[in-house]
Amino acid sequence: MSTGLVVLLLIILAGVAPLTRRYLKGMAGWIYAVFPFGGFVYYLSLLPRINAGEVITERFSWIPVYGIDFSFYVDGFGVLFSLIVLGIGTFIMVYAGYYMKPYPMKGRFLGYLALFMASMLGIVVSGNLITMFVFWELTSISSFMLIGYYHEKPEARMAALHALLITGFGGLALIGGFVLLAIPYGTYELSVILTDPAAIQNSNLYVPALLLILVGAFTKSAQFPFHFWLPGAMAAPSPVSAYLHSATMVKAGVFLLARLNPVLGGTDLWMILLTTFGATTMVVGAWLSITQTDLKRILAYTTVSALGTLVLLIGTGTKYAINAAIIFLLVHALYKGTLFMMAGNIEKMTGTRDITKLGGLYKYMPFAAVVMGLALVSMAGIPPLLGFIGKELIYEAKMYAPTARVVLIAASFFTNVVLVFLSFRLFFDVFKGTEPSYEKKPAAPSLALIIGPFFLVLASLVLGVYPTAIATPLTSQAVLSISPFIEAITLKIWHGFNLVLGLSALTVLSGYLMYRHKKKVFIVADKLNIKYFTREFSRTFTTSIDSFLVFAKGQTKNLQHGYHRFYLMTVFVVASVLVWTMIWRADPIILEINFSEMPLNLVAVVVLIIAAALSAVTSHSRVIALVAMGVIGFGIAIIFIAFSGTDLAITMILVETLMIILAMALLLQLPAYKIYSDTGARMRDGLVAVLVGSFMMVMVLQAGTSQLGEPISEFFKEKSYTEAFGRNIVNVILVDFRALDTLGEITVIAIAALGIYSMIKFTKNKQV
Amino acid sequence: MRPMLVILSLVVLYRGHNEPGGGFIGGLMLGAAYILYAMAFGVNKTQKSIFFSPVNLTATGLLVALLSGVPALLAGDVFMTGEWVTFFAYSAFELKLGTPLLFDVGVYLAVAGMLMLVMFSIMEE
Repeated sequence: MSTGLVVLLLIILAGVAPLTRRYLKGMAGWIYAVFPFGGFVYYLSLLPRINAGEVITERFSWIPVYGIDFSFYVDGFGVLFSLIVLGIGTFIMVYAGYYMKPYPMKGRFLGYLALFMASMLGIVVSGNLITMFVFWELTSISSFMLIGYYHEKPEARMAALHALLITGFGGLALIGGFVLLAIPYGTYELSVILTDPAAIQNSNLYVPALLLILVGAFTKSAQFPFHFWLPGAMAAPSPVSAYLHSATMVKAGVFLLARLNPVLGGTDLWMILLTTFGATTMVVGAWLSITQTDLKRILAYTTVSALGTLVLLIGTGTKYAINAAIIFLLVHALYKGTLFMMAGNIEKMTGTRDITKLGGLYKYMPFAAVVMGLALVSMAGIPPLLGFIGKELIYEAKMYAPTARVVLIAASFFTNVVLVFLSFRLFFDVFKGTEPSYEKKPAAPSLALIIGPFFLVLASLVLGVYPTAIATPLTSQAVLSISPFIEAITLKIWHGFNLVLGLSALTVLSGYLMYRHKKKVFIVADKLNIKYFTREFSRTFTTSIDSFLVFAKGQTKNLQHGYHRFYLMTVFVVASVLVWTMIWRADPIILEINFSEMPLNLVAVVVLIIAAALSAVTSHSRVIALVAMGVIGFGIAIIFIAFSGTDLAITMILVETLMIILAMALLLQLPAYKIYSDTGARMRDGLVAVLVGSFMMVMVLQAGTSQLGEPISEFFKEKSYTEAFGRNIVNVILVDFRALDTLGEITVIAIAALGIYSMIKFTKNKQV
Repeated sequence: MRPMLVILSLVVLYRGHNEPGGGFIGGLMLGAAYILYAMAFGVNKTQKSIFFSPVNLTATGLLVALLSGVPALLAGDVFMTGEWVTFFAYSAFELKLGTPLLFDVGVYLAVAGMLMLVMFSIMEE
């Protein structure tokens, strides 16, 4: 078994799931979950090797010409992240298998989920920037499918589109950044790049590469001002939010920053940008979460805030900050996954996720209440859960921050107070308090729905209680991967009475007081929101997209006017003018026509063609014009025969025949013949025709006289039978030497035929 | 006249490799056969007398042409390299089949299908 194989297996699962779901019925989620669970166990088994300081790499040649390989690079950080992706993924599969039961196309949903899982895992274990980018884009695409799963709802489609546009925009920036980053190294391999930060930092490509990569990471991780797509994406089914929007996809940006920290990090610019954006996002996310009433949107804004915290910590880059980032990453994944799944459960059981319409649920689902309660304790940062250790470390990191200590401490104090407040609110307003009238009687969630939240909370409890024994081995090596010069802190739950503990206690107290006076808090927050935060980013984004579409439509209307004659005219004029300029600037024109060599019968044919052309132009009847065109076509076919181009002649005759049949079929539909064009238009058309005709003539004559090189026909003549076993050169060229071109051509005609077909059918339906 | 044209088109298709002919011309002939039939007896009757729809014919043609490139991949060559197998070779008559012929069959079907698709829908107007 190998690291890449897990990714491959998940991709296979993505293809298999939609086909097999219907046979597995309710068991589908459990069975599919075996795949990520197997991967989880495998990566867990790698842990001893990783902790011994080994980095596991694999490499498959992909596009060797450009130095792009499919390579995998598993170090401490990669393994920690893969465990999160696969561990939570296992539970999500079980949960989704059951949660999606009442909806159509659940097989496809599970397939997308597996595809997402594979690509997310791909990001964290890939060892080549290009490989990583491919997986990165795959997560964007699969998340588009997942967010837009309720595709009959316009807001779901809108949210999916927002997420795709923003992350897609980020992806474009990212690939640019990657290309720039790779230039000084001459390779995309992480194993080379990570060891030599000086190469990029001393080059003048550093700033552009850094900025582009940051745009990529910030869009993916919903940093301010790109944060709005994440709450919008709450239109997705709960399993998606629990997986993509808590632990995995949104963390991809954070992952990237941490992964590239050894190369790009440590400079002033890096620190300023990351701390500024991270801190802003952290505070804005926390602030906006206060007034939300939808359970999932509350969680989404706290996620935004948490992502900001992570970016801030990576930007700070001190020993405590990096340790805190790793721990907080794990903490957040564990509690947020639980909370999102629980929010889904509550919605499923009661029919609403509006917190103002919930209450008194404890007596219906006591076990679920305990699970959610523990997750909230972790979120609030209260011992003995892992969340406490995370929060302590964050405060500690701020205390030792190199600059702006007071501002950063204040910002994270505010954020944590809000988190405590929300923890109280999410527990007491949902499970306690007065019970509103529910549409249906709430029931306790079934095993498949509660098992995931239960185990995740259990993990945070165990890790919190035994930090040295269990949490440290998981995280210590990850710290070294992010920053090789920093040692891991031994995690403890009890640090003794110190300033940090005091701050923690103050946080919890303030959060509680805030909850006690929540009515006043809401009034103040609403007032401030109306006064200062009226501008909604998502609306700004929508308007700008809309106006862009209007602009594009106008452009298209100018270029694609729909008049066939003008299209033709454009093509002809451009082609002939270009060729004429070429001829003008090249050799003098040699027109050698030796009429005496021409056999008399061919002269007759040529005269016939010319006469037919003249009568086609001047005739006032469509039938005569058509017949004249036919004469021209057959005349040309005769010329082909005379020069032994049998294939061409047969094709020409068939095409001419079919053209006439087609025209005859249409003739009856047309209105009576009338002269539409005025003299000016006719003169213009005549000019175009002369231009085209003369350029064709000159080109053919030139081709006969000027010899540019060995004619390719000699090659074909020679190889046709020896290599392709065919004596008909024309056909051998079509089906063997140039088969790919022919394939393209028949694809084009098939598409054209479908276009004509649907155009005709469509107008027909409209008339009915 | 239709069966004759169909057979003729097949002959043209097969002999295309060594003598004048080939998938494109054969396809045009096949299409023409059915179009003439449709002109004489109407589109509905024609569509009833054939057991495939023009859309499917076009799609099958494309698929066949695409698949003809796959054997080369399996044999370890670049996509769409011609692979030939001689089935039996008596002194005068030999039947050689290969992926280019298969490709030509794809072209044949696609061209005929597309022709019918367009003509039938125009003639139904």
